Amino acid sequence: MNTQVTLAGVTFKNPVMTASGTFGSGMEYSEFIDLSRLGAVVTKGVANVPWPGNPVPRVAEVYGGMLNAIGLQNPGVDVFLKRDIPFLKQYDTKIIVNVCGKTVADYVEVVERLGEEPAIAMLEINVSCPNVKEGAIAFGQNADALSDITREIKSHAKQPVIMKLSPNVTDITEMAKAAEAAGADALSLINTITGMKIDIHRRKFVLANKTGGMSGPAIKPVAVRMVYQAAHAVKIPVIGMGGISNADDAIEFLLAGASAVSVGAMNFVNPYTTVEVAEGIRDYMEKYHIENVTDLIGAVE
Amino acid sequence: MKQKTTAFVLSQKELAPDIYEMWLETSLATEAGPGQFLCLYPKDKSTLLPRPISICEIDQEKKALRIVYRIAGAGTREFSGYQSGDCVSVLGPLGNGYAPGEGMGKKVFLMGGGIGIPPLLELAKQLQAEKQIILGYRDSRLFLKEDFEQYGTLYIATEDGSVGTRGNVMDVITANALEADVIFACGPMPMLRAIRTFAAKKQIPAYISLEERMACGVGVCLGCVARTREIDRHSHVHNARICTDGPVFEAQDVEI
Repeated sequence: MNTQVTLAGVTFKNPVMTASGTFGSGMEYSEFIDLSRLGAVVTKGVANVPWPGNPVPRVAEVYGGMLNAIGLQNPGVDVFLKRDIPFLKQYDTKIIVNVCGKTVADYVEVVERLGEEPAIAMLEINVSCPNVKEGAIAFGQNADALSDITREIKSHAKQPVIMKLSPNVTDITEMAKAAEAAGADALSLINTITGMKIDIHRRKFVLANKTGGMSGPAIKPVAVRMVYQAAHAVKIPVIGMGGISNADDAIEFLLAGASAVSVGAMNFVNPYTTVEVAEGIRDYMEKYHIENVTDLIGAVE
Repeated sequence: MKQKTTAFVLSQKELAPDIYEMWLETSLATEAGPGQFLCLYPKDKSTLLPRPISICEIDQEKKALRIVYRIAGAGTREFSGYQSGDCVSVLGPLGNGYAPGEGMGKKVFLMGGGIGIPPLLELAKQLQAEKQIILGYRDSRLFLKEDFEQYGTLYIATEDGSVGTRGNVMDVITANALEADVIFACGPMPMLRAIRTFAAKKQIPAYISLEERMACGVGVCLGCVARTREIDRHSHVHNARICTDGPVFEAQDVEI
């Protein structure tokens, strides 16, 4: 049985990854699971300088999911390279670093710094950050802006580049095609869906930021649909995510066209989810006599 | 070591309106300390996130933990329906709790307000000190009073004045001209702010337990941060994680 998948020339021992922002740099959850059992650890977003993030409350529970408006609090690329990369190198897993920024120059600065580190297998670019030079609309919500940032990052990146698409768009295939045309090596989706929760007793927003990104099992059907659409619109591989809580969910994404999958909010609920998903995929392959996990990719009829 | 495991409910009892106590049999009891907390997972899958609840009492021999909690929503309402023999998923023991050593042999205040009272009980048990225990309630529907009485001199404040001093825990200090070398506290934010100011004026340490909405409970999501005087060890941005760096902080180290 072969659970390996290859994306943009990088081979992963299995198609199970962690969704950025739900796993830190792996330190906290390494107390619960062996990171070497994962296809890849995708880190929390790293910026050029430390970001303090948003005021609290930053998280709220919603039916079958959660909202978050953390605001990408992170220590910046210096601390990340000095502290988190040496930690992750101890494990036999691939390292994918998520990159965030407020301007294209911010992203490029991080991408260049990460290029010095051969242990990093791929970069994932968070284009759901507000573009401060363009009235704070996210880079990933405008095909031209997405195209520009992709091209700029590709011209500086040493590692293959995954563009992480926002679902908060009218037509996901337009964004997928724009990123592909600008040179992206892979896509990942979906990022969180913008939501809101109001406390009716206090008549106040639950999140200090008013809006937050929704994740969790409740968003899965939307994510499966978008992964299906994106995967059929482009030739580059797609990493699928959004509400995966078990192997069945992960297989659904593979069948929809994802070449790999990420577990996100469910890490918070069950720290063992990633490992359980990897094991469950093997069980499924055994049950249906599937030799290569790649045979499942896009195999929905 | 932190662990997610299944705990068995030994007993469930309503102590006051909407305030419940549950004794849980769990191996986590052997590692738990005062001021630490557990994350309890509702069975209803529409309520996804774990509920952080402070540890009220630890019985290492029986491998049991006591939690005293208030019904605040769907998750805690579900917990309040559990009966002896039921099981519940728990993650713990979590956080940096109180260090009883900081109060050893000293004259201390243990100050609790409302649902912030429970985590002080295990501390009251373990602390070898001259203990002045000051508990603030809304009205005469007290809880845990008898438990605390065994461990020190107990003072009560009620907002409606029906028991003890009318007002809050700070009013008890003024009314009785009480003094202390160190404070341990848990309660609502206005109370903690008042204690922080009081401790600064008296130049005494105050260890306060903070609360914030959390998702993971183990320091990953960065949902539950508190503004800190020094840069924090995770993100280096003056935002400590309440779930892992706290929930107990020295009052002057946090900006609340």
